[in-house]
Amino acid sequence: MKKNDPVKNLLPFEKPLVELYEKWEELKRLSGQSKINMDEEIRLLEKRIEATRRDIFTQLSPLQIVQIARHMQRPTTLDYIEQVFDNFVELHGDRNFADDPAMVAGIAKLDGRSVVVIGHQKGKTTKENIARNFGMANPEGYRKALRIMRIAERNEKPIIALIDTPGAYPGIGAEERGQAEAIAKNLREMAELTVPFISVITGEGGSGGALGIGMGNRVLMLEYAIYSVISPEGCASILFRNAARANEAAVAMKITAKDLLELGVIDEIIKEPAGGAHNNFAASAANLKSAIMNNLEPLLSLSHRELIAHRYNKFRNMGIFEEG
Amino acid sequence: MSIHEWFKKKKLEKEGAYVRERLDIPGNLWVKCYKCSQAIYTKELEENLKVCPKCGYHFKLTHFERINQLVDQNTFKEINANIKSVNFLNFTDSKSYTKRIEDAIAKSSLKDAIVTGTGKLGGKDAALGVMDFSYMGGSMGSVVGEKIARLIELAIEKKIPVLIFSSSGGARMQEGIMSLMQMAKTSAALGRLRENRLPYVSVITDPTTGGTSASFAMLGDINIAEPGALIGFAGPRVIEQTIRQKLPPGFQRAEYLLEHGMVDVVCERKALKDTLVKILRWFDEKE
Ligand SMILES: [Zn+2]
Repeated sequence: MKKNDPVKNLLPFEKPLVELYEKWEELKRLSGQSKINMDEEIRLLEKRIEATRRDIFTQLSPLQIVQIARHMQRPTTLDYIEQVFDNFVELHGDRNFADDPAMVAGIAKLDGRSVVVIGHQKGKTTKENIARNFGMANPEGYRKALRIMRIAERNEKPIIALIDTPGAYPGIGAEERGQAEAIAKNLREMAELTVPFISVITGEGGSGGALGIGMGNRVLMLEYAIYSVISPEGCASILFRNAARANEAAVAMKITAKDLLELGVIDEIIKEPAGGAHNNFAASAANLKSAIMNNLEPLLSLSHRELIAHRYNKFRNMGIFEEG
Repeated sequence: MSIHEWFKKKKLEKEGAYVRERLDIPGNLWVKCYKCSQAIYTKELEENLKVCPKCGYHFKLTHFERINQLVDQNTFKEINANIKSVNFLNFTDSKSYTKRIEDAIAKSSLKDAIVTGTGKLGGKDAALGVMDFSYMGGSMGSVVGEKIARLIELAIEKKIPVLIFSSSGGARMQEGIMSLMQMAKTSAALGRLRENRLPYVSVITDPTTGGTSASFAMLGDINIAEPGALIGFAGPRVIEQTIRQKLPPGFQRAEYLLEHGMVDVVCERKALKDTLVKILRWFDEKE
């Protein structure tokens, strides 16, 4: 992990922190040079920074949460794999066409237990992002994911899926190779898996591309992740006829963890450290790990049949309508 | 640009993947074909199953027309007719979802974008789902998902095959994430159908994209597409904006999908009933 530069990583709405951090750095510098003890001042300023940050983060708008979810330094699937899991062996390829770098998958240990882990992979630099196609998987990514899920099933190992994608890739090749079919098939097959399955939205949960690995018995979500049927910008340009009205679209669609918990679409919110996951990666990885373990535990005692029924009923009951 | 190229370009534009078209035929005596511009006598068009007699263009059908064309007379029995959409997110864009629902009901005389029921084709029982694009572009929200799931569960109970005719722009954004969840729900139900060893035939008609194609529409044991139907995951506009290049001719059309192995049959409307009956009789050999 790169060392965090607190100021460089701040988002536009965190602007009040910039000045405070500059003061803090100045004090640190002065205290290093002079004989006067400034520890107390520094401590107070640090307190103020934290208080200001708390203030900002207790009243985030949905669109600000979108910015956190998309933060270039937000931990990626491979970051979490490194911190949360042991003995990871990445497995490549869908055995049909190609290996999709936008989707990673492999076998690993979680606190000593064998599991498989699957997730969308974004980059942290433009170069990495181009190599990873910005975390937008092609059909072979979804087919690889299903292949690895099947390995888990045959070997009675739980599946952990980490979701972080703007969406499935909209390209010519993706269409030719059956993007719709690949996702649809995953949905049908995930419903029938005989092993415990937990999916976690860690960053962006972009529509069908997210759901394509997202049908866990338990669906968890990081505090500042988002999950939506279309991006706020996409929704704004179609329904509000103006992409600049993304804020309204983000509010209207209910895409934050808090809203989705209320709607019953997710089961649990995983707390993020102050300032978001990118601000304290070790803490967010620790939170993720304990949430996965806590949610996995009760599933381990369920039979194949119970696991399938649990998952089926969960998604079968989603929908709000009137009858009569 | 030479005049030759200009003509070629015009022709491509006409065949282009997303010519916006009016979706119903107005009560005129004459209709102009959207593809070849031929003026067609409405009566003649209807007698020809709403296929242009000159160029073979397949006009969209309402659920009513589809059922009339395919299902044995007086055998269709609708189920779950009284499930209705609600604006549970209090969603308002240029108008509120509540108003959109009212307008769609008035325009299409449907309660939502799909009609489900049971009926016979060539004497064979089937569970039938017929989407109707005239209700909010056939978009899939909670009601479409619920009706499809119940239809499949009924088919399992009655041990009959499922036939769904898709025509849908995808998920219904006004229901936010809940529309996405309908993809999971319908696909899971189809998994159950499969576990019960019952067949599912998906008939994909113009247009079928987004969440509908990425769930039940592409999951047929047998996928049948109508000629010229636009079928894909992402809409052509989105793809063009993403890759910043022109799309190949015929891209995402039924014939293109056939060529790329995504559908089993591209079937002209006049042969559709025969084909479906053959398939149903293959699955069920009892006379
Ligand atoms: Zn014509």
